[in-house]
Parts: sequence; structure tokens; C-alpha cells
Amino acid sequence: MKQDKIIQIALTIVALSAISSLVLITVFVFKEGLPIILRVGAKDFFLSGDWYPGEGKFGIMNMIIGSLAVTAGAIIIGAVFGLGCAVVLTQFAPRQLVVILKPAIEVLAGIPSVVYGFIGVVVLVPLVREYLGGPGLSILTSSIVLGIMVLPTITSISVDVIQAVPKSYRDGAIALGATRWQTTHMVILKAAKSGILAAFILGMGRAIGETMAVIMVAGNALELPHSILDPVRTLTSNIALEMGYAAGEHRQALFATGVTLFVIIMILNTIALTISRRSAGKAAKK
Amino acid sequence: MSDNAKIIVDKFSAFYNQAEVLRQIELSIYSKERLAIIGPANSGKSTFLRSLNRLNDLHFHFSHSGKIIFDEKDIYDNTVDVPSLRRRIGMVYAVPAPLPCSIYDNVAYGPKVSGIKSRSKLDELVEFGLKKAVLWDEVKDRLKEPAMNLSGGQQQRMCLARVLALQPEVLLLDEPCSGLDPISTAKIEDAMLELKSSYAVVLVTNNTKQAARASDRTAFFLMGQLIELSRTDELFTNPADERTEAYITGQFG
Repeated sequence: MKQDKIIQIALTIVALSAISSLVLITVFVFKEGLPIILRVGAKDFFLSGDWYPGEGKFGIMNMIIGSLAVTAGAIIIGAVFGLGCAVVLTQFAPRQLVVILKPAIEVLAGIPSVVYGFIGVVVLVPLVREYLGGPGLSILTSSIVLGIMVLPTITSISVDVIQAVPKSYRDGAIALGATRWQTTHMVILKAAKSGILAAFILGMGRAIGETMAVIMVAGNALELPHSILDPVRTLTSNIALEMGYAAGEHRQALFATGVTLFVIIMILNTIALTISRRSAGKAAKK
Repeated sequence: MSDNAKIIVDKFSAFYNQAEVLRQIELSIYSKERLAIIGPANSGKSTFLRSLNRLNDLHFHFSHSGKIIFDEKDIYDNTVDVPSLRRRIGMVYAVPAPLPCSIYDNVAYGPKVSGIKSRSKLDELVEFGLKKAVLWDEVKDRLKEPAMNLSGGQQQRMCLARVLALQPEVLLLDEPCSGLDPISTAKIEDAMLELKSSYAVVLVTNNTKQAARASDRTAFFLMGQLIELSRTDELFTNPADERTEAYITGQFG
């Protein structure tokens, strides 16, 4: 009895400390970052592109645009290929192929991001520079690298959602003379729609938070990009690049960048969670 | 009789992996008749039914020998367009399988995938199917509602309507009343009686009373073999094979 109680208390402490680290991080980042936003003014902080820490100018608009552009590109690439993989794996591929393909895609998630960045620099950047112009370090390059990085997330979640679609839908549609493809896009993908959307949003969360690979291939320039071949700096790269020598207000401004990122990711995760909960609730009702 | 045979099954055997689940089945199905297939569990009734419109193709380890002739052509021939075959030989499952959309879209789904786009033609087919399945009066004011809102019996009639909207030539029913109350069952049987005027109806059932009530001929399957096939009144009053007699008098199965 006594032993039971001790273990219970010990486990509670372990669980609470795990959660409290989240609370501490949140409090710390906001405490460090919020004052500078208020001092500079939210308008100048978020809607100005002038980032000159030496002169006390902290405008992160260009980086927000950079992050959003890179993420949008990544999600377009990740969505097309990820969903494509999921459909092939669940509907069309013979079993022998699935056994090879699925683990292969999951292995993608285990490759360190610096390796992605390295391959991006060595292979993709010269290709883009040569065939499409610009410096090569660009939104497009980062989008491709990130798109491949979010592929496992999108694929594995989409596969799960598609497999959760009741088999009776497929049988019913096939018996009515639908071809495999008609069944897939008119019935199965429709039924799995919200889950797939959640997969995209979780992929987006991963893409927007990625740092190392992006630093290596995005170019990190502070200017406002005019095309997808221009270099950009993302919110994450900004923090990683400048934290080493920042002090005072500059340091606070980097924390404020972190706050911005934090809020964006929180919003994305909440949307994804709401969508998947809602569709789970709907499925349970049936 | 063989002139108007709709489907001729010729020494048809079916296998899952290596196990033979149907052995050398030979029978004909005529238009404008209701053929009931009875037999204990595992006798191959459903496999036989699913072979008739190639739904077994979805099964990884399925293989077959022999022929099933429909329209003077073996349906397992490589040149057969399987989706269009499934439209001409329609199937209703034991458990209602509504698609996750409105009643209207469920019934219109088959015609839509067959390439019919005209709204008025679709409206017409939806009404036709629902009327034939004796469901029209109950749902005509709520066609836009999700099909999931219907009761079990209504869902099953909607699944019937969905197949009828395709205007098939042969109708396969796999224990269509197994989960239904007596009133819904009666409604489906009424629908079947009316349908036989224009289709060949093949009904698999575990309920021998239903076979006696709602069919013209009855086939008795046992362990993958066709034991006996004759007119329903004959088979039930004077069965030729003692195994048939044992089954219909409830001695096993």
C-alpha cells in the first residue's frame, strides 16, 4: 500500500515536471519578448521590414513573409506528393510494394535536417541557379527541401485517415460500377477530407518551425522578396543566426520573433486538432 | 428455356488461396424470374453471388476456373469492361452501405459515374429508383438529408434504389433482409415481386421461409456444391436429395 502511494506521487511529479517545462518556456519567451513589442509598437514590429538592430529598428515583416512563403511552397509540394503517396499506398499499390514503400517514406523522417540542408546546398542550389536564375539560395529551393521533409508527416497521417474510412464505402461504390479512381476521389478522399486537411496543417507546423535546413538554402537576406527565386530569411533562421551575439534590446527582439513563431504554430496546431476531433466525433456518431 | 437464359454458369469453380470454395457449379439464370439460393453458412452462396459481377476481383487471393456467360460472353474474359458489367448486374449487400452523402447523391452516384451529367436525367433516375424500391413517398421531401439519418430498413431500400437507378438487367441480393424488421422485410419482398417483371433477381438468403415466399426457383448449396435446383414449391414440398430435405426441415445448418 505504502509503496503504491510513493510510486503514484513520484509518477505525478514526473508528469507535472514535463508539463511544467512547457509552461516555463511559454512564460519565459513571452516575458522576454513581449516588452520589446510593446516598446517598439506592434505596428512597427510586425508591419515594418526594417531590421537594423544596431539602430534600434526591429521590423520583422520581411521575415514573416519569408516564413509564410517558404511554408506555403513546402506545403504545396508536400501535399501533392504526400497525398499522392498515401493514395497509391492505400488504394493502388500491390502489397509487396507497400511493404517496401511505407518504411522508406518513414525513414525520410529520421534523416537529420542538416543533411537535407547539405544536399540542398550541394545539389539543388546549383540546379536552380543554373536553370532558373537568381542566386539559387531562394524561396523555391527552401520550399523543395522542406516539402521533402514534411512528406513523411503528411503521408503517414493521410494513410491512417484513409485506412480509417469504412470499407463499406469502397465496396458500395465499386458495386455501383465505379472505377477504382472514381471510388478513390469521389468517395474515399471525400470521406477522409478533414483528416487529410489536418495532416496538411501539421505538416505546415513542421515546415514553419524548421531551422537548420532553411538557414542553409534560403539565403537569409533581409530584403523583401519579389519572386520565388529571391533569397529570404525566415523567423527561425533569424533567431538562430543572431542569438549568438545579440544583447539587450536586440536579444529581446529575437525573443519577440520567437513569440510570433510560437503563436503561429499554436494557431496551426489548434486548427489541426479541432478539425481532427470534429471528424473523429462525426465518425463516432455513425 | 435456354433461349432466354440471362446468365449461364458453366462448370464454375472458385478458390481463395488454394481452397476450393465453389465446386463445378452449373446453372442458368433466366430473366423475369426470382432465383433463391439457400444453404448453411460457408456453403459458398455469397462467393457465388459475388462471382456473378466480379466483386471477388477485389480479393487478393481469388482465382477461378470455368465460365460465366452473360450476353453470350464470358464475364471473366479480359476484354470485359468490369465497371459497366457491375452496372448491368447490380448488387445489394447484407448490411446497408450508404455513402457519406445525401440520399439524392447516393442514388445518383451510380448514374453519375457511368457518365450521365444531365440534371433532369439524374432527377428522373433517382425518382425511378426510389419508387421501384418503395421508398419514394417516405423520402421525397428530404432528398438533401444525409443518408445516415435514415433508419436501417430505409437505408437498405435506398441501397436497392441506388442499384435500380442504374437500370440493371440482373439484380443480386445478398441476404438483403438479415438485419431488418418484418415490416421492412415485407416491403423489400414486395419490391422484389414487382422487380421480377423486368429483371432477373438472384436472392441469397439464410431464411428458408423467405426463399419459399419470395422466389420462383430455389437452389440449395452445401459446402461449395450445388446440391439441388428446382421450382421453389417442388423443392420445399418434395426435395429430391435427402440433404436438402434435412436442411429445409431444420435438421442442421
